[in-house]
Amino acid sequence: MIEVKDLHFTYPTGVEALRGIAITIDDGEFLAIMGQNGAGKTTLVKHFNGLLKPTKGEVVVDGVNTRKVSVAQLARKVGFVFQNPDHQLFCETVEEEVAFALRNFGFEENAIKKRVDWALNILDVMQYRQTSPFMLSGGERKRVALASVLAWDPQVVILDEPTIGQDHQQKEKLRQFIVQLNAQKKTVVVVTHDVEFVAECNPRVVLMSGGKIVVDGRAEEILTNPKLVAQASIVSPQITQIFLGLSDLGLPTNVIDVHEARRILLDFLEAHVS
Amino acid sequence: MSMFEGFKFRRVSSAIHRLDPRVKFFFVCVLFVMAILFNKLPPLILLFFIPLPFVFMAGVQREWLRSMRGALFFAAIIFLFNFVFTYFYTQYPRFPSASLLERSSAMTLRFFVLVESFSVFFLTTSPDHLGLALEQSHVPYEFCFAFTTAVRFVPVLADEAQTIMDAQKARGLELERGNFLKRVRNYIPILIPLIVSAIRRSLELAEAMESRAWGASEKRTNLYVLKLKKADYFLASGSVLMLIFAVYVWLFVPVPSLATLLGFS
Repeated sequence: MIEVKDLHFTYPTGVEALRGIAITIDDGEFLAIMGQNGAGKTTLVKHFNGLLKPTKGEVVVDGVNTRKVSVAQLARKVGFVFQNPDHQLFCETVEEEVAFALRNFGFEENAIKKRVDWALNILDVMQYRQTSPFMLSGGERKRVALASVLAWDPQVVILDEPTIGQDHQQKEKLRQFIVQLNAQKKTVVVVTHDVEFVAECNPRVVLMSGGKIVVDGRAEEILTNPKLVAQASIVSPQITQIFLGLSDLGLPTNVIDVHEARRILLDFLEAHVS
Repeated sequence: MSMFEGFKFRRVSSAIHRLDPRVKFFFVCVLFVMAILFNKLPPLILLFFIPLPFVFMAGVQREWLRSMRGALFFAAIIFLFNFVFTYFYTQYPRFPSASLLERSSAMTLRFFVLVESFSVFFLTTSPDHLGLALEQSHVPYEFCFAFTTAVRFVPVLADEAQTIMDAQKARGLELERGNFLKRVRNYIPILIPLIVSAIRRSLELAEAMESRAWGASEKRTNLYVLKLKKADYFLASGSVLMLIFAVYVWLFVPVPSLATLLGFS
């Protein structure tokens, strides 16, 4: 469980990035943090694995105050996948890359081999096992970076903009994968601008603006509220926009799921077109 | 990273920021030469104080202090090496003399003077001005461009190094763990992504520039033309006088050590 109490953070340059954040993330929860650029999303999640320590207030992860432990100790529980895979890839082969963190955490060679196999398989990069990560495409590098974090099976997985640079098919695979992770009782925190992605996952959503939390609730409540959406400089999912446009016909406006939308429209057509 | 902070330009305006970059650079070079000419503590202490009025007039005290703090680590190494090696080569096994201590301090202070003067220059000169200064000193444009780009990318790379460090720490890398060799090796996961991304960035920049017709015209003109003003002439002549004075002292006046000045020896 992650507990954030009255968190303030000011960068050494004087920029006040977080102003009084309070939030509790339960075990096994799926949370999406959204908001415009500079809202403080990444700054907030960097507190979850201790990369940043609060200027004021505190962050407690699994009963441990993040001020009191090192990043390495927290990282064992909290995996963090950075936005840009190029900021972490450095090994000669993909396999070595995935094993890097496992070696840092002192896993045994046998266990390392098994976990590397598992992670490479699950992220569909097994065929690049012996390839240099620098030779891969952007989307593949992103998946290798993801594999290198998931390999040690952290209890909490933080993903910073996971969908950037992924084609539609890979995005869908990633979505299924995240949902699957969450089904295994892992806590998943996603920082993203991608409303369509969030709409398909329907997680708990926290909207941030100016270093504060604007609203905290279910995706279908927040993404379908034009006022809130405008406040955080994002747009509603396309399917919601259609339903908002058709509200005069008496159709519901809180629809974010494509399948649900199809069902509602079919019902509507059945009732009104004879 | 704190040492880089001391070289990061912030866009503010002050009498020092408005000085002609060529003159400012000449002034810094004069300081540099003077710091190299003398190896006794009293003149170096004097030299250390010369750029201070500039720091205060430009209002960059905080950044300047940060660069000084950043230089502390290297300064400590310089002091230690000077002290230890000179001691073992010349005085061992006698008790280290005061002059040895003074000499090592002087070498360390010399380093501070060098860092200080260049820090003042970079803190108060925008990369654009720097490029202009080079161009109008008839340095070929390609070189000027390469130089200003390099300067401009220092803070960008410093930020990137920080992100990379965060990313590797998040994968359990502990930079401070292990003996000296292991610690050096710990930096490989930082350096490789940094170098790779710098190369990638430069290639992208080259493509982006070429697609905007970089180098299409042989003779470039500039919107702004640097012109020397009163203050510039003042600083330039001051620098020349300082240099002449320093060379004169260096040639003809025996510079006393601090110990002699204070009457210890």
